[in-house]
Amino acid sequence: MNKSALKLAIIPLLMFGFGFALVPLYDVFCDITGLNGKTGRVEASEINADLVDRSRTIEVRFLANTNTGLPWSFEPLVKKMQVHPGQVYEAVYRVRSASDNKTMGQAVPSVSPGLAAQHFNKTECFCFTQQELEGRETRDMPIQFIVDTDISADIEQITLSYTFFSVDQG
Amino acid sequence: MYNETTHDGEGAHSDHDHHGPAKGLMRWVTTTNHKDIGTLYLWLSFTMLLYGGSMAMVIRLELFQPGLQWVEPHFFNQMTTMHGLVMVFGAIMPAFVGLANWLIPMMIGAPDMALPRMNNWSFWILPFAFTMLASTTLMESGAPAFGWTFYAPLSTTFAPDSTDFFIFAVHLMGISSVMGAINVIATILNMRAPGMTLMKMPLFVWTWLITAYLLIAVMPVLAGAVTMMLTDRHFGTSFFDAAGGGDPVMFQHIFWFFGHPEVYIMILPAFGVISAIIPTFARKPLFGYSSMVYATASIAILSFMVWAHHMFTTGMPVAGELYFMYATILISVPTGVKVFNWVTTMWKGSMTFETPMLWALGFIVMFTIGGLSGLMLGVAPVDTQYHDTYFVVAHFHYVLVTGALYSIIAAFYYWVPKWTGHMYDERLGKIHFWWSTIAVNVLFFPQHFLGLAGMPRRIPDYSLQFAEFNMISSIGGFAFGLAQVFFLYIVIKTIKGGEKATDRVWEGATGLEFEHLSSPPPYHSFNEAPPVK
Repeated sequence: MNKSALKLAIIPLLMFGFGFALVPLYDVFCDITGLNGKTGRVEASEINADLVDRSRTIEVRFLANTNTGLPWSFEPLVKKMQVHPGQVYEAVYRVRSASDNKTMGQAVPSVSPGLAAQHFNKTECFCFTQQELEGRETRDMPIQFIVDTDISADIEQITLSYTFFSVDQG
Repeated sequence: MYNETTHDGEGAHSDHDHHGPAKGLMRWVTTTNHKDIGTLYLWLSFTMLLYGGSMAMVIRLELFQPGLQWVEPHFFNQMTTMHGLVMVFGAIMPAFVGLANWLIPMMIGAPDMALPRMNNWSFWILPFAFTMLASTTLMESGAPAFGWTFYAPLSTTFAPDSTDFFIFAVHLMGISSVMGAINVIATILNMRAPGMTLMKMPLFVWTWLITAYLLIAVMPVLAGAVTMMLTDRHFGTSFFDAAGGGDPVMFQHIFWFFGHPEVYIMILPAFGVISAIIPTFARKPLFGYSSMVYATASIAILSFMVWAHHMFTTGMPVAGELYFMYATILISVPTGVKVFNWVTTMWKGSMTFETPMLWALGFIVMFTIGGLSGLMLGVAPVDTQYHDTYFVVAHFHYVLVTGALYSIIAAFYYWVPKWTGHMYDERLGKIHFWWSTIAVNVLFFPQHFLGLAGMPRRIPDYSLQFAEFNMISSIGGFAFGLAQVFFLYIVIKTIKGGEKATDRVWEGATGLEFEHLSSPPPYHSFNEAPPVK
């Protein structure tokens, strides 16, 4: 009887582990399906310049938000841009710190519609690393992005949104 | 295994037959007897029902009229949160564990639960868990106020300090449930009397076996979710914090992966109770026994595959919504099988309407109403309108109050003559039923209309057009609350005395507990295994 109880006790232990295993599984699932607006990243060397699809034009809109607790103002210099799939473009965001002290933030991107996310790739982005601003500093932060040529024909407009979150310097 | 030990120990332990309980308070603290522990669970559950119910009274009082009259919005949020937590983890779940403790050994012909000392421990950590949870109300930050579903980031970044007490309390409840469930499975698989094959077990035992497997599978996932909350709050992880690469929507996925099987944990044992009561008072054997077993098992398996129907409005792709919609609606098939079997059992039966039968019939009718509004909610496109409105509140109160709670009360009236040896007062029982049933419909039925008209849940104030229905609902609420205080009186009256119950109790009753045990049963029943036909 105690033996079967011990055997049964394995199930809750495994399921406790499974609860935590759901975290990477969730990321993998979102990665494969492109759900959740998570964008891709490609190296500049992988891009083939001959594959630009000039017959299509997609409008990319830029949004910027700052989360509470980070005294930064954050905005795109250009609000929207017309792009051809397959070509690399650059957009610039301007960040201004209103704090007298050194502050650190992390930008998190999100693309909408969600199904466009996996076709929206960045070669360079300030969101790849944490950004540190001196007191009252203003900085321009560029991103380089490319929209895949195999993006669904239904998509005529993509919104790229960044939110800067405060990073605790603990 | 059980059989060998009794035969070996027959001579040496024969004096145990007349061995009664210890005296005084320590009897209850140190007891390992399944009947004592069952009683403790049931009293804990009743206490929590009245505690959670008093918070519901505060909610209905505030919603009696539009505007803010009685409580601050922050306190109102604490009330909705604590009401949900206390009713789910404190009232409904322990009540079923109490019934399991009392009934499973008697129904399968076992002398006690398989692991009696662990049984004592599973009960006695609960009062500590609930004291800890209740104590948050007195703290400076107030009790948790983020809803019983504790979605991140409300429960992480923006939560009160008392949340850590809540997290630890949930851990303790989870440990208690898992230990209780292991005990139930070990008892059912190892301690059945010879001849009690799996497919001869009463359905209450079957539904509890399946529920116990659900418990050990999903309570640890809940423990994982609250552990992630804890490390997010204090140890710098970012499971649910977008700034650190986490995702608050993932919290909802993990929570509902636990949460949907959890709702079946609260209803499957109820199906078992109803499947015992209906045949007794229809004086016919249960129609479709094996289909009942298979239906219960399929509901349990499907319950793991439908969790995201709670999240239709989080921005899922259409393919995901369609999958979760069809899977959800599929559950109505085995549930329909059950309702069909109960109705068919009654078909051409010689029915009488004693109090337990009234509660069981109330269950069938009103649980089905809750099931139908559940189907409406399961349809993804219309759920966009119903989501987070009073329609949802009406739905889950029909399945949990007139479903789960009604079955618990039915079980009380059905088995209390067996447990205590006293018949309850039939007149008072019937008054309790009709009082509760009229009140509960006055309470919850108008909430369907409020929800369809767009009244959001968990908000202390509302627009003027909702005023009449809210007032009606509140009046029903106060009446229903009072009816349960009346129930407390009936319970105490029955324990203290009453007409002597026969061993069979009910004319049509079947099962080992009615056919082979006296009313009340001896402190240690079935020291020798009963014959099973």
